[in-house]
Amino acid sequence: MTGNHQTLALFLFSAFIAVTLAITTWVSRNRHGSAEEFYAGGRLFSPMENGFAIAGDYMSAASFLGVTGLIALFGYDGLLYVVGFLVAWLLVLFLVAELVRNCGRFTLADVVAVRMRERPVRIAAGTSSVTVSVLYLVAQMVGAGSLVALLLGGTSAAARAWTVIGVGALMVIYVSLGGMRATTWIQIVKAVLLLSGTIALTVLVLLRFHGDFDRLLLTAAERSGHGDAFLAPGLKYGGDWTARFDFISLGLALVLGTAGLPHILSRFYTVPTARAARRSVLWSIGLIGGFYLMTIVLGFGAAAIVGPEAVRGSNAAGNTAVPLLALTLGGGANSTGGTVLFAVVAAVAFATILAVVAGITLASSASVAHDLYASLRRRNAKPRSEVAVARVASVGIGVVAIALGLLARDLNVAFLVGLAFAVAASANLPVLLYSLFWRGFTTRGAVWAVYGGLVPALGLVLLSPVVSGSPESLFPGVDFQYFPLQNPGLVSIPLGFLAGWLGTVTSAEVPDEAKHAETEVRALTGAGAA
Amino acid sequence: MRYDDPWYDALASGWGESDGLGGHAPVPEAGHEGRASEDEAAAAADVYLEVQRSAAFQEVRSRYRRFVVPGVAVFLVWYVGYVVTATTAPGLMAHPVAGAVNVAMVAGLGQFLTTFLFAWAYARHARLRRDRAALELRWDTQELTRGVRGGAS
Repeated sequence: MTGNHQTLALFLFSAFIAVTLAITTWVSRNRHGSAEEFYAGGRLFSPMENGFAIAGDYMSAASFLGVTGLIALFGYDGLLYVVGFLVAWLLVLFLVAELVRNCGRFTLADVVAVRMRERPVRIAAGTSSVTVSVLYLVAQMVGAGSLVALLLGGTSAAARAWTVIGVGALMVIYVSLGGMRATTWIQIVKAVLLLSGTIALTVLVLLRFHGDFDRLLLTAAERSGHGDAFLAPGLKYGGDWTARFDFISLGLALVLGTAGLPHILSRFYTVPTARAARRSVLWSIGLIGGFYLMTIVLGFGAAAIVGPEAVRGSNAAGNTAVPLLALTLGGGANSTGGTVLFAVVAAVAFATILAVVAGITLASSASVAHDLYASLRRRNAKPRSEVAVARVASVGIGVVAIALGLLARDLNVAFLVGLAFAVAASANLPVLLYSLFWRGFTTRGAVWAVYGGLVPALGLVLLSPVVSGSPESLFPGVDFQYFPLQNPGLVSIPLGFLAGWLGTVTSAEVPDEAKHAETEVRALTGAGAA
Repeated sequence: MRYDDPWYDALASGWGESDGLGGHAPVPEAGHEGRASEDEAAAAADVYLEVQRSAAFQEVRSRYRRFVVPGVAVFLVWYVGYVVTATTAPGLMAHPVAGAVNVAMVAGLGQFLTTFLFAWAYARHARLRRDRAALELRWDTQELTRGVRGGAS
């Protein structure tokens, strides 16, 4: 990559940072520091604004760069991976969005704690929410480090470390000063930038093939060297049965995990009613679906126009497929068009990462302050403002994420994202669905459902080939690998549901019929919603 | 019946009364009333039980369930079936349909299409069959709980 790219890309990065910091100061100029304002942006966003913000929260750099790279290298298997990210939204729309908006106030634990003894349930749900958020954050930080190093050509360890620290510092500033209102506007700006960039590239790819998708596919298959196999499943997730079960496990985690992601749940509280929550999910399904359809075109376009060898030569995981495609579409490495398109794509990817980390940091600081701090602080301690605690928590989470991001810098980003989804599906989804729909659900059931999903999910990863026993694992020297799959979802999700059921049937607690009536009436009608 | 429940707090506590468990919500109507007594909480619980047993609520709930349960079952089976078939029977998925398009491509793009269709159908069903009844129930319930609180203080 030449100096021109870097200068222009750096200029665009700085412009984005300046704009987002301006938004943050503008928004925080007349804040009143209430919890409603900090966690939920005053609950007055319109469905369209929230739909864009949800899409901005969800479309991470891992999809923009990772998925297109996957398709460019492995063809159809990349598409197979992407489908789960979209179908997951049906579960959110049907079972979660409206009911959570009606029942809760700021976090997942709010929904569960209503029917149960509050303290144990809040601690459990808060712990699992923070765990999911931190895993997801680390994935984004690692991605940011390698992305910027890749795009700016500075592959030195120092450049990556400083990128991770810079991203961490920026996200703490956005969140602690601007709260939900600033975070939401940053998501909206990012979603618009990302979608415009993707639309522009997709149009250029389709123009190149005169709008003939069939020719695009045939050219991609031909250049890939795999022929027709490139357009059918099996190149990446085929192979032995372990690889196949691993993919089924990942697919399950993706489709069930979205409904348990804390930063997605907290977005439903930023609109005034359940109906607005439903309409914002509809917006986001449209935007996210359109975005993923375009990434499919870009992925096959990169295979057809750039060619898999060139993609692999630049980055073995394929993460630079889209930037390379932009460079070629613009007219090549030394043309003005190529330089501009490349810099735009790099800046968009950077904006994507910044916005996603801000959203997750906000959700996890809400869990720390609203659930964990509120339940764990000493009874006679001087009560502090919850928002002040949340601001401090966002700094703490920023520090933890920076430290883990630096430690985990060699882990595969897609694996980390899959793991976050698996933990969300195992620990958060069972307790959420049970408390919304099961009349007999009890406190013990809720606590067991959370820990019964969380502990196996994390334990199985420790025993998986990711941590030990293979040349690519974290500790290649030792071997305590007893679980063959990289993604624990296939086992830990059923365990979470099972533990919740078992805890409920074995507890002596009589489920409170009135509390259940209250949950059900509030969930479906919105009576007394915050 | 305990009254350190977040819902009752939200309804009954004002701005200054921070108890650390979410006492910061601004609640305009009830903010001046102070903390609800146990009697009031019990009476409010009766309101919810009463609403839950009413024919109008049961109708809204069964309309919701009759749409959502089969819907979730169908799209989950369709998605899991797609993923399992793609990983276990790649030969079938590679079967050509037209030009470069094969069964796998049709199924994958079909997943996108069905997701859009399901979302549209759900929104339409909710708008036409649930929203109005749910809104009426919401006002009735809030009137009843307000009546209970107002009467007891």
